[in-house]
Amino acid sequence: MSLDKPYLDVPGTTIFDAEQSRKGYWLNQFCMSLMKAENRARFKANERAYLDEWAMTEDQKQAVLARDLNRCIALGGNIYFLAKIGSTDGKSFQQMAGSMTGMTEEEYRDMMISGGRSAEGNRYVGEDGDAQAHRQPQGKAGKKESA
Amino acid sequence: MAKITASVYTSHVPAIGAAMDLGKTQEPYWQKVFAGYDFSKQWMKDNTPDVIFLVYNDHATAFSLDMIPTFAIGTAAEFAVADEGWGPRPVPKVVGHPDLASHIAQSVIQQDFDLTIVNKMDVDHGLTVPLSVMFGERDPVKGAWPCPVIPFAVNVVQYPVPSGKRCFQLGQAIRRAVESYDQPLKVQIWGTGGMSHQLQGPRAGLINKEWDNAFLDQLIADPAGLAEKPHIEYVREAGSEGIELVMWLIARGAMSDVAGTGPAPKVAHRFYHVPASNTAVGHLILENQ
Repeated sequence: MSLDKPYLDVPGTTIFDAEQSRKGYWLNQFCMSLMKAENRARFKANERAYLDEWAMTEDQKQAVLARDLNRCIALGGNIYFLAKIGSTDGKSFQQMAGSMTGMTEEEYRDMMISGGRSAEGNRYVGEDGDAQAHRQPQGKAGKKESA
Repeated sequence: MAKITASVYTSHVPAIGAAMDLGKTQEPYWQKVFAGYDFSKQWMKDNTPDVIFLVYNDHATAFSLDMIPTFAIGTAAEFAVADEGWGPRPVPKVVGHPDLASHIAQSVIQQDFDLTIVNKMDVDHGLTVPLSVMFGERDPVKGAWPCPVIPFAVNVVQYPVPSGKRCFQLGQAIRRAVESYDQPLKVQIWGTGGMSHQLQGPRAGLINKEWDNAFLDQLIADPAGLAEKPHIEYVREAGSEGIELVMWLIARGAMSDVAGTGPAPKVAHRFYHVPASNTAVGHLILENQ
């Protein structure tokens, strides 16, 4: 019997379930290692060499090097683990979350100050809200591409 | 006998702790958040309990993917403040209450909730930010939190997290455990996390004020009904990280009206504000009558 996954039709959202967790085990454990100051220093000194110490896939390593958090999540990363990369880079949760939308830091901050992203159109895949696949990336980045 | 005197509910956004640690509370952006806790700080002074039973979630800090306990009770004498990657927050260590914690663990397990018992655990912003907003700034070395705290960590990181219904029933078991402790302690139970927020993917930044406020209304007036809400509704309406709100049902389940031994609790304080960083801030204080 396959597992019931009622959350697959939520747009722009990956639920960290057992399957994602298995896929991302070493990626997330690498992130955990960054909670120690000496490991943060070693990672910063030579990111590639540090990543090569972990049994991660090449795709996962490339996604970390590129700081592509959406890709990291697709490859099994979880945001609370990935946040350790952000903290190593001196980034806040808001900067990290914003980076996954395509918006600039300012655009994302302004969206939050004006009440955040609406759930309207963003509840089910196939609606027309700003989190839907056909409306990525968001903000100026999205406008540039369509121009 | 020990008794639960009140329950406190609050978001535990890390940026709120950072704003306090970096002295930014007077900036207009943060003033609006902290204004909601002015009442609470005075209320804490007037109603300091003997022990706080603090329900929170660990954010990949004490628990990596090596171990993912669904419900973990901290029975240690003290808990260090974790380095989550930014360095430890400059707040006092957390002093536990091993005797009451062990009593609750034994009693709750015998009521069929299979808790994980943790004797060594660093605590992260999920636990320290609620203490900071309720007690204000404390010197990390010379200062101390005003009372012992029993950390109770709930897995809300890896799906499936416990259901709202299970959390609500657990709260009831915790109340029975507290009431069977033979010291006359005043215990508060805190439920933390939420409200609506999503930290990942193109849907990051989701906020749902209407849903959050309906949640607060129902938490006060109809917690048993609220406990029936399925996971998927939290995710769809309040964002993937909004699922943290199931933890509020543990605290609510421990109130005496749920047991039928008291009237509906008094709403001493209610506050809601958007945003703190990525998150809607919700806060309630309910007193047993």
